[in-house]
Amino acid sequence: MAVFPRRRLAAVALAATTALLVTAGCGGGDDAEADGPITLTVDVFGQFGYDQLYQEYMAAHPDVKIVERGTGSNLDEYSPKLTQWLAAGRGAGDIVAIEEGLLVEYKANPGNFVNLLDHGAADLKGNFLEWKWNAGLTPDGKQLIGLGTDVGGIAMCYRKDLFEKAGLPTERDAVSKLWPTWQDYIATGEKFVAAKTGASFLDAATNTFNTILLQTAGNTTGYSYYDTNGNVVVDSNPAVRQSWDTTMDIIDSGLSGKYGSWSEEWVSAFKQTKFATIACPAWMTGVIEQNSGPAAKGKWDIARVPGNGGNWGGSHLAVPKQSKHQAEAIELAKFLTSAKGQIGAFKAKGPLPSSPQALDDPAIAGSTNAYFSGAPVGAIFGTGAKSLKPVYMGPKNQAVRTEVENAVRTVELGQRSPTQGWTDAVTNAKKAAAK
Amino acid sequence: MTVQLDARPPVAPTAGQPRRSSGRLSRLDTRFSPYLFIAPFFLIFGVFGAYPLAYTFWVSLHDWDLLGTDHPFVGAENYTRLLADADFWHALVNTMGIFVISTVPQLLAALWLANLLNRGLRARTGWRMAVLVPNVTSTAAVAIVFGVLFGREFGMINWLLDLVGMDAIDWKSNRIASWVAISAMVDWRWTGYNALILLAAMQAIPRDLYEAAAIDGASRARQFWSVTVPLLKPTIIFCTIIATIGGLQLFTEPRMFNSGTNPIRGGPLRESQTLTMYMFENAFAPHYNFGYGSAVAWLLFALIAIVAAVNVLILRRLGGGAGPRKGATR
Repeated sequence: MAVFPRRRLAAVALAATTALLVTAGCGGGDDAEADGPITLTVDVFGQFGYDQLYQEYMAAHPDVKIVERGTGSNLDEYSPKLTQWLAAGRGAGDIVAIEEGLLVEYKANPGNFVNLLDHGAADLKGNFLEWKWNAGLTPDGKQLIGLGTDVGGIAMCYRKDLFEKAGLPTERDAVSKLWPTWQDYIATGEKFVAAKTGASFLDAATNTFNTILLQTAGNTTGYSYYDTNGNVVVDSNPAVRQSWDTTMDIIDSGLSGKYGSWSEEWVSAFKQTKFATIACPAWMTGVIEQNSGPAAKGKWDIARVPGNGGNWGGSHLAVPKQSKHQAEAIELAKFLTSAKGQIGAFKAKGPLPSSPQALDDPAIAGSTNAYFSGAPVGAIFGTGAKSLKPVYMGPKNQAVRTEVENAVRTVELGQRSPTQGWTDAVTNAKKAAAK
Repeated sequence: MTVQLDARPPVAPTAGQPRRSSGRLSRLDTRFSPYLFIAPFFLIFGVFGAYPLAYTFWVSLHDWDLLGTDHPFVGAENYTRLLADADFWHALVNTMGIFVISTVPQLLAALWLANLLNRGLRARTGWRMAVLVPNVTSTAAVAIVFGVLFGREFGMINWLLDLVGMDAIDWKSNRIASWVAISAMVDWRWTGYNALILLAAMQAIPRDLYEAAAIDGASRARQFWSVTVPLLKPTIIFCTIIATIGGLQLFTEPRMFNSGTNPIRGGPLRESQTLTMYMFENAFAPHYNFGYGSAVAWLLFALIAIVAAVNVLILRRLGGGAGPRKGATR
């Protein structure tokens, strides 16, 4: 008698084990059968401002349901996840956003993405700034990985209340006249520091360094850490060295508040009015508004950036090959990156369009931002956008940039002398590029 | 326990005897069903433990870009490069430094707490529960709060230092200071847990030993150092081993302590980057070099094995040793 219950137990144990293995082996089944409405997942970081556009699209396409993931997350969280999804062959959304600094890395393995040129995207070329379009192409020009969303035209955001306290002009045109060049910017900063307002002139040298670098590189060589052949040129590119030296002057004049960018302290410094200016790509206006909070409405304003123009950031929308609804996803991506889509996003969250038609549209050209004392953001960011010169970014741009910016940071914090810092930047950048 | 179970006569043979035909089956049953019963553990361990371990080793022998399609075999190259990698050794020193700074005060404090809790306190259970509370809070939440407390300009610790007239410390970009801050987090979380384990061991010490010591005129402090501590040695060693495993794998606390761009570096000069963070930095963002990251993982595994072996040696030498009942147990 005792045998049977035991044997049954054994059978149960075996069945349980098998069941467990089976479930563990194939997690996540197929979603949505052919009949019901299909769900398109859009993976983004930060604020793309698409909510209203989704509603509109879903109203016109009752068979499509759109879900956005990752809103508000930062790029450092988003991009490793995206890479893992692509490597694993599952998990990525039907549309994924790719930031410009990481685009080359993803383009190195174009097999992960649908070639949009095979789906009629070639006709859309005229809808984008030429360099933005080209950035989405693989080096041989045969595959289009992504359609451009926004560009990052740069301005300088400043606190009017702090400028007033320091006896500086507060009106935006007068402020713009203070700093035609970065040296003038530093001179203004020295005046500001001498007035002892209790605040620093700028947030962190790293952000300013990146701004100067992208501007200088755009105006001269056209590349920053990598030349267009993919060689690391941190030590030989004059644009890098020149930007480094300007940044060292800024640090030397004691202008930086040393709030590590994107850290919790940086966010607190916004709230506590601890710095007066911050280099301001178009998408940064949303970040400033969020960090400074509603109490600071009307205290910020936007002036011209010192030097001449420059582009920082901007993204593309791509469709991974693993998507089960490629055709529908491509349609949606085309809609979101159309002139209409870009205007909608700009109105919602401020990313500057990469479509010349959208930039010319009165909705953009005439737009103002109430949070920034009614600054004419459309005119400030839009005017320069069409003449923006792109900067080429190499295969491991993100890793190399991290090393160089950390070297800036060590000098800023007084851990390294400028000379030591430069040596670190060059050696560590080469090491990172070789990994 | 085991002795008793084995001593009981097996049930199956007697029950199966009357029916000849099923005799063979039942013999098979007695022989193999125990293996079947323990199989789930081994199967799950195989799938989630042994297989990843072996696969990681396989990956570590390749130049394995996470997104790439080709993974050329490179043999031990990842390991030779790693052994010459200054950042790896730097992370190792950080890990050991944080481990020492956190574990020593933690165990001393736990011992002291356990001793307090072992006395006739009012609301004893309440106190005992209270010391465990930090342990049930989420590590990430603890790390974020401590990260803010240890802020350079807006942190409360620096504010307090300022009140007593000391200079502010930049906790995040000073190597030793960042170790201390992270150790504080670890200690806050784990001291109570260790105190309870030590308390349990203390309560197993026979009261008559204390009575005898008291009759001999030993003071409370003397009783503690000459009776309690020697009898706690095996438990202390257990706590040390647990702390070693946790300490060498420390990730969440230092990762969350560093906020801003690329926190995985643990500060501009990698002040508080531990080995697990270095592994993550290489295997995932920003390098996506799976082969190199896997090599770090395997060296970390080797390191833990070495430290564990040293622990076992110490355990052999001291464990259960110094107690007065030495002769009786062996």
